[in-house]
Amino acid sequence: MADLSAREPCAGLGLPLTLGGCRLAALPVERITAIQPFPGKVAAVETVLRAQGLRFPAPGHSHEAGGARIVWAGRETAFLFGMAAPEGLSAHAALSDQSDGWAGLRLEGPDARAVLARLLPIDLRAGAFEPEACARAPLNHMQVLIRRAGEAAFDLFVYRSMAGTAVHELTDAMRAVAARQAAVR
Amino acid sequence: MRISCPCCGPRDRREFTYYGAADYLNRPALDADASAWDDYLHLRDNPAGETRDLWYHDPCGTWVAVTRDTVTHAVIAAEAVA
Repeated sequence: MADLSAREPCAGLGLPLTLGGCRLAALPVERITAIQPFPGKVAAVETVLRAQGLRFPAPGHSHEAGGARIVWAGRETAFLFGMAAPEGLSAHAALSDQSDGWAGLRLEGPDARAVLARLLPIDLRAGAFEPEACARAPLNHMQVLIRRAGEAAFDLFVYRSMAGTAVHELTDAMRAVAARQAAVR
Repeated sequence: MRISCPCCGPRDRREFTYYGAADYLNRPALDADASAWDDYLHLRDNPAGETRDLWYHDPCGTWVAVTRDTVTHAVIAAEAVA
């Protein structure tokens, strides 16, 4: 019988990595549950979530309460991070465990936005993408779920199978930005 | 070129896939005659000016009918179809 051992999605990819004014690290693996309300059940889902201090997020938004985060992840879809699905939710929404399906990365530092500007065609300036804002967008040819985690910190979630490619793309962009900064100084 | 996704807001053209003329929304009845189906499948206008076509916003999966101008590249309207 094959000897299977659990590995984290970014194991062996050389993280964390600091290049220029930017640090790329793997996010700790945590529970992720996709919540997709049944037709007409958003209000009922909302009621269950409110008991946890959470809300069902509008497109492009996320909310945080007591260590858990709920992040808009697509049309009529939210991802709940860091806690088990609250009791009673399954009566009003389709729930699916996504924990093993995603690789989480955090890119932070003063050059983080310049690095992402090379890969993502969305406006990540604070005025257009404030803390806790999130988006589904392409990171080059990969689909990514991005969330602003702080002033100069972004959390990126890619399909687990694409973790290596995502780290490669981000590392290349970090190297290019760092080289450019060094040349300017 | 930027298109306003009805779900996500204004986004770069690279996020969208083009799916052809909005004529695809006007599907003939099943018992329509062959010429109606021929028109539906093959006959398209090629306007210099305002045109309406279907785009798909890849990140969120919204189908969008976009009214745009082929001469000025202006995007005039974008509404969700599905």
